[in-house]
Amino acid sequence: MQVPLLFLTVFVIATCGLAYELVAGTVASYLLGDSVTQFSTAIGLYLFALGVGAYLSRFLERNLVARFVDIELAVALLGGCSAAILMLAFAHSSWFRPVLYGTILGTGTLVGLEVPLLLRILRERMEFKELVARVLTVDYIGSLAASLLFPLLLLPRLGLVRTALAFGLANALVALWSTWLLGEQLRRPGPLRARCAMVLMVLLAGLIMADRLTALAEEGLYGDEVVWARSSPYQRIVLTRNRSGFQLFLNGSLQFSSADEYRYHEALVHPGVLAAWRALGRPPARALVLGGGDGLAVRELLRYDSLREVTLVDLDPAVTQLASSHPLLREQNGGALSSPRVRVINDDAMHWLDEAVRRSSSSFELVVADFPDPSSFAVGKLYTTRFYRLVRRVLVPGGVLVVQSTSPLFARQSFWCIVQTLRAAGLAVRPYHALVPSFGEWGFALAQRADDAPPPPPARPALPPGLRYLDERSLEALFVFPPDMAEVPVQPNRLNNQVLVSYYEREWKRWN
Amino acid sequence: MELTRRQWLLSALALAGCPAAPALPAGLRGGIVGPSDLRGHQVRRRHSLPAPSLRWRTEVAILGGGISGLSAAWALRRAGLEDLLVLELEDAPGGTSGWAPGPVSPRPWGAHYLPVPSQHQRAVCTLLSELGVLQGFDAAGRAICAEEALCRAPQERIFYKGRWYEGLYLRAGASAEDLRQLDRFHAEVGRWVRARGTGGQRVFTLPSALGDRQAASELDRMTFADWLRGLGLTSSRLRFYADYACRDDFGLPASATSAWAGVHYFAARLLHPDDRPPEVLTWPEGNGWLVQQLAHPLGDRLRTGCVVLQVHPLVEAREGAEVVFLHGEQTGRLRARHVIFALPAFLRRHLLPPAHAAPAWLEAFQYSPWLVANLTLRNLPVPPGTRSPVPGFPLCWDNVLVDSPSLGYVVATHQREPPPPPDGVPRSAWTWYLPLGEGHPAEQRARLLQTPWQSWVRLLLQDLGRAEPDLAARLERVDLYRWGHAMVRPVPGLFTSGVLERAAAPLGPIHFAHTDLAGMALFEEAQHAGVRAAEAVMAARGHPFEALSS
Repeated sequence: MQVPLLFLTVFVIATCGLAYELVAGTVASYLLGDSVTQFSTAIGLYLFALGVGAYLSRFLERNLVARFVDIELAVALLGGCSAAILMLAFAHSSWFRPVLYGTILGTGTLVGLEVPLLLRILRERMEFKELVARVLTVDYIGSLAASLLFPLLLLPRLGLVRTALAFGLANALVALWSTWLLGEQLRRPGPLRARCAMVLMVLLAGLIMADRLTALAEEGLYGDEVVWARSSPYQRIVLTRNRSGFQLFLNGSLQFSSADEYRYHEALVHPGVLAAWRALGRPPARALVLGGGDGLAVRELLRYDSLREVTLVDLDPAVTQLASSHPLLREQNGGALSSPRVRVINDDAMHWLDEAVRRSSSSFELVVADFPDPSSFAVGKLYTTRFYRLVRRVLVPGGVLVVQSTSPLFARQSFWCIVQTLRAAGLAVRPYHALVPSFGEWGFALAQRADDAPPPPPARPALPPGLRYLDERSLEALFVFPPDMAEVPVQPNRLNNQVLVSYYEREWKRWN
Repeated sequence: MELTRRQWLLSALALAGCPAAPALPAGLRGGIVGPSDLRGHQVRRRHSLPAPSLRWRTEVAILGGGISGLSAAWALRRAGLEDLLVLELEDAPGGTSGWAPGPVSPRPWGAHYLPVPSQHQRAVCTLLSELGVLQGFDAAGRAICAEEALCRAPQERIFYKGRWYEGLYLRAGASAEDLRQLDRFHAEVGRWVRARGTGGQRVFTLPSALGDRQAASELDRMTFADWLRGLGLTSSRLRFYADYACRDDFGLPASATSAWAGVHYFAARLLHPDDRPPEVLTWPEGNGWLVQQLAHPLGDRLRTGCVVLQVHPLVEAREGAEVVFLHGEQTGRLRARHVIFALPAFLRRHLLPPAHAAPAWLEAFQYSPWLVANLTLRNLPVPPGTRSPVPGFPLCWDNVLVDSPSLGYVVATHQREPPPPPDGVPRSAWTWYLPLGEGHPAEQRARLLQTPWQSWVRLLLQDLGRAEPDLAARLERVDLYRWGHAMVRPVPGLFTSGVLERAAAPLGPIHFAHTDLAGMALFEEAQHAGVRAAEAVMAARGHPFEALSS
């Protein structure tokens, strides 16, 4: 009697069973957000499916060992591939939820069949009281092992897809092993073993191929789980997820992290709104956001009821679509891009401004320029005197332009180059900065059309309620620059020289 | 490098005619769109024409709507002389500064930039100032121009052995000797920047007629390649750089270009020996933008689709001259007090009265053919794992390949972003230039006209495909323009043999104005020729004007 080995089998299948449940719960909360809901539905459905499996076990009458091996193989395949199936379903279809719940129900049902079958197979080898006690004990210990291994060791080391595949492999090995362990009750183990070998090969291939799958290859680049990735003709868009939240990357550079983006976006938007309010003598009514297709700056603007029209101009339809349809982003930006006060335009900001100026069709009280950092000439053009002169021409007198201006600490020349460029475009500039842990010390420039602005009626601008980072006092502190970030002499950035791109490249090279 | 390029060219030509050449990308569209050879060649059958049915009259008839003709009209109108007509062969003005309106972006069919002028180039500065491009001058006398008209950064890159590098001189991997020779070359050019002629004027300047051609006559007795060799400048990098400059500006290799023209290219625009070459002004449609600005105010005084067949002074010379032309199926006669012949010199043979049609010196004017291709490319999704989308230096306005028979390509969508694509697929517009300056012009012209579209496209794919591996996947459309007489050939002897002066001399009421009167095809020279002819007309009439050509 190989009793200890039998219980090792139970331990492995129990560990695997709980692992699939955790995989499903994690994928769902990664992709859909709201982890409490996702985990509790995943657990509930899974437990229910276990019950279904237990019930169905009564319909299996003969060849119990062979059936057990087949069920192990089915679990190995479905559970092992579950993470990959769910990721692909999310990225490539609109059927994510049906696939998610189907996978949970399928895996749960198959796992639910395992223990009752094992009990029946083993009942002649041991006293029933002993059998139930031991099997269930090992089963629960296996669950504990899974719940510790999964978050602490496997997920960080292997990532979701490979973790699931690894558990699938364990299940398939159990199946193969059982053909010997319980071999005396098998008449023809040959075909069974062949099936085991096939499933093992499929899973092993998956494990090896996983490296070659696009999303996974990129994990090396991003360090975290890639939960969504797409290529547009303009850029590579990648959403990653880790314990602190989720992150958006464009061409490999971080745009925001959900954990601390509120610091960045509050700092980006509110000082400008208040400056425009002061200059106009009333809260601003028309704002333009250039870039910022994630909708987070728009979310901050919509806190002001006075802003009746917000125009967002972002180059890439793939980004604005992601921001208005992806559950994680919608939750983060509060559905800002679907607000009736917001108009979304997909165009190159330079082209759109050029046309707006040519037709004198638009004027704004506040413009927020939230572009990626000037790491290439294609983006650098949006930080030139030419660009700011165009912005100046769509600003009303007294109107305000705020520019995200990279880090005054890591890229000091680049930051002051943007300030200098705004000045060269005829704007009065007030630089400021904020600490955003994901980015480090971050810089902004508040530029104002100071010419021929009529003296405004007195106004008492106030921050809207609900901010987490800014209040009256922290707002003032943003404008103080310590010596290590103080102004340095630099050239303004023009379309025909793009000095900013070389400043930026030189400076960030030192930190990366 | 020159040798490799020749070998490559030969193999490419063999390939172009070879039936086993690689297939063109499926669905690739395009064709040969210009110029109207058939219409142009009607000058040869002028004896079998219907009786004239159109009779027009004007004070000044300008033949040719290229830069020189349009500049003549501009100068006349500036002085208040509005009674003029411009006859243009094609359906749109511009000549070799022509452009195409699309697709995706306006793009050039020929000349695509104008270097920022200095203060003494009065005609260019006046025009640019009127167009709102020129905003003033710096302390050295160089024009300060509107940012949007200056070529955007990054301007130029060069492809060598699998990688793009910044600039047109290949600095990567240059030896100390290469760099020493580059310095020596700049010093020699600097010497000519300083050189002064008999009247104290610069020897090399723009327009070149205001310099002293004879003071550099020794240069006109050798080719630019020989001049470099004579100075011991044998660095292959430098030779490529100099050769590229000649092919780019003149359509000729350095081994055929007069050293006078080669030195002119490098020296004439520098204000002092240590000066850097000026920045360039450019527009998506190249100099086609300038053409539009010059042509627009003319309204219906610009008559397109007019094939000029004859020009002859009237017996009573004070009456002026008569121009016979073909407009569609109709023959017309245009009487004008003055005629400005703003056409290439070789057309005198066909258009002028026999006594003046074939002077011996006319043989000195030879022309290089060019092929220009306009490409429409779709932008592909960026590949996964992308951090920096381009290996090597990124896409520039001007993209040049070492060891290529072409001049590389210029990106029209670099200078202005196109509107958002209606189908969500962003596209780029490139212009590929292939000068056919090597060998005998007539043979090259025959090759230009006989080679089918497919073969040119294969040559293009082979040329650019080395540097742009996804070109075939991106290419949607290739349109070709075949310039039979694209540029006058600045060969040794042209500049100091007196030919240019003879060609510029008026014939009674007929004044001559074309860039080939300078021996070089340049905007500044074309404009100067047009303005000078207009001023000669005004002087003859006693019409007051502000002199811009002297």
